[in-house]
Amino acid sequence: MSTVTLTAKGTHELYLEAYNVTPDAFAGKTADEIAALECHEGNRKGKLGEYFDIDGNGGDTAADTQIIVKGDCKKIKRIGQQMTAGEIIVESDCDMYTAGWMKGGKVTVKGNVDSFCGIGMAGGEFIVEGNAQNYLGSAYRGDWRGMTGGLIHVKGNAGNDVATFMRGGKIIIDGDAFLHVCTHGEGGTVVIKGNVESRVGGQMVKGDIYVYGQIKYMMPGFKYVDDVEAEAVEGEKLTFAHYIGDLGERHSKRKGEIIYGNIYLKK
Amino acid sequence: MPKVIKNVGCPYCGACCDDVEVTVSDDGKRVLEVKNVCAIGTQIFMHGGDHDGRIKLPRMRQPDGTMKDVSFKEAIDFTAKTLLKAKKPLMYGFGSTNCEGHAAAARVMERAGGCLDNCASICHGSSFLAIFDNGYPSCTLGEVKNRADVIVYWGSNPAHAHPRHMSRYAIFPRGFFTGKGHKSRTVIVIDPRFTDTGRVADYYLQVRQGHDYELFDAFRMVCHGHADDIPDVVANIPKETILEVAEVMKNARFCNFFYGMGLCHSDGRNHNIDIAISLTRDLNEFTKCTIMAMRGHYNITGPGAVWSWQFGFPYCLDLTKKTMVHMNPGETSSVDLAMRDEIDAFINIGTDAGAHFPIPAVQHLKKHPFITIDPSRNMASEISDLHVPVKICGVDDGGIVYRMDNVPIQYRKVVDAPAGVPSDEEFLDAVYERMVELEGEGFI
Repeated sequence: MSTVTLTAKGTHELYLEAYNVTPDAFAGKTADEIAALECHEGNRKGKLGEYFDIDGNGGDTAADTQIIVKGDCKKIKRIGQQMTAGEIIVESDCDMYTAGWMKGGKVTVKGNVDSFCGIGMAGGEFIVEGNAQNYLGSAYRGDWRGMTGGLIHVKGNAGNDVATFMRGGKIIIDGDAFLHVCTHGEGGTVVIKGNVESRVGGQMVKGDIYVYGQIKYMMPGFKYVDDVEAEAVEGEKLTFAHYIGDLGERHSKRKGEIIYGNIYLKK
Repeated sequence: MPKVIKNVGCPYCGACCDDVEVTVSDDGKRVLEVKNVCAIGTQIFMHGGDHDGRIKLPRMRQPDGTMKDVSFKEAIDFTAKTLLKAKKPLMYGFGSTNCEGHAAAARVMERAGGCLDNCASICHGSSFLAIFDNGYPSCTLGEVKNRADVIVYWGSNPAHAHPRHMSRYAIFPRGFFTGKGHKSRTVIVIDPRFTDTGRVADYYLQVRQGHDYELFDAFRMVCHGHADDIPDVVANIPKETILEVAEVMKNARFCNFFYGMGLCHSDGRNHNIDIAISLTRDLNEFTKCTIMAMRGHYNITGPGAVWSWQFGFPYCLDLTKKTMVHMNPGETSSVDLAMRDEIDAFINIGTDAGAHFPIPAVQHLKKHPFITIDPSRNMASEISDLHVPVKICGVDDGGIVYRMDNVPIQYRKVVDAPAGVPSDEEFLDAVYERMVELEGEGFI
């Protein structure tokens, strides 16, 4: 695997849109060719070389390319957007749309990420060692097809609107989340190991939500049915109180049985 | 002899009363009297025309901090140069101008490669997000007047914010199928505060602040046949009340929800509207039910209509790429752009960002060139580097405006503006032309 190391120079005055920092764009390119790739700072079109020191060449394919981003990326958006394979490691915080619409490969952020990260994700793995802001693994505005596959693991807390319109894949949050988890959910799994304020599973059609801590305000549309043993995260078999809902939302039938969304609250 | 002009549209709120009678002076420069208009609308008409209180020339901030009158030519040149120099300028406002002004602004910002946003961003923008997600089963105010027998005001207080809304459209008028006026209508008000609108309600539900979403969910459970599973109390409302009010809605001939900032700007924002739309859809299984946003300014619906037609998005437009438009409130919305210090020039037009934005946002904006285009002095104009006076749309300038139900209405000029003061459209078109000239001269 070839490694390309980018070091942010911090020369951008506004936020930088580095949508070409993906293994797909870097594959088959030398360091000089990578430096000539486009990016945007406001309405000024620039080249990656103006904003990053670039060391190393891309691999033959995206899967053979690893990108390590160093320096302060707090004001850099869209790293790993739409990537299909390979690996990105960001050693600092980074901004919006990190791993957005990702289809494969792996992104690791060693700091915090801002909002809209992992949005519309279809595959791959996205690890955040710090906190994530709002709209983690959510759908783009107006899109009824949110996250459809892949894994998001946030080791800190997340904000509002986690997994809106989720249809597949898995999100694990080691800390807390605030409002709206899996709103309009149509599948997939969300595991929150901390507490949630409220609105868990609102308008949820299908899917599973596991909460290890407390839900401060439970949606009225969820009804307790039984206690179950389940393994939300591999190797962690626990007992949960099982709620079904949202009873105020439409639900389809399979083999004559109505399929509800599920909330599993750790006992 | 004073002239009486009838059927004039009022440039105050989204109800767009178009039955106003204005009496103007002999010389056509002052409004003497207005009829059929609320106290706030009256004041707007009285501010129009050519009088001593009007600002007639642009004011530019000098190095010593004072403001000095400059010519419109200088103001146009300064604005054009500011826009061309900026990497990411933002133009925000438009609640109080006409659609011609919105279109001109879009031309300017597309050329400049900046962001374009309207007051919906801090108002009913969250409704747009819900509408994108869930549709908009709405109607016109005429249909409400003629057909609706159950009116729900949820998180809105028209008695103060839209003073003639209840009398012209919703509760009191005698319509084609609602001949008994308010006697034929049931009014439901849902609000954490017992407002003046609450006083006219047949059912007043004092929902717990920030828990509207749960109450909507409970109403939806009734529609989906799960009434028995509703907890005893939801959002401070007892189960029996929820069931009783749900029956009123289900048994209506025509039910309409009017909602306001109480839903748009309490926790959850767009999700509150989203579930309100879902409830509207559910109620259509039983009766006819529609929903309508209580849009604030008289033409805040306008930029949504104009820009959706021009760019495909109603607000929070990011035109920086010039070849494509990007919209994502939370990123491209004015307050977020300002709070994150993402922009490097700001134009405030037909609104008052100085008064409405959070203080840290204004502090960030003030670090960069700050221009206000507005007929009056306001908090934004007083901290601006340039303040450009323009005509007051609906009083000394005509144009097309969109009412809260997306019905376009032609507004008329009733008095003359001070000589030389341009309309928003004229000023912005001149800025556009100057930008083209400067680009031709190789300014950047």
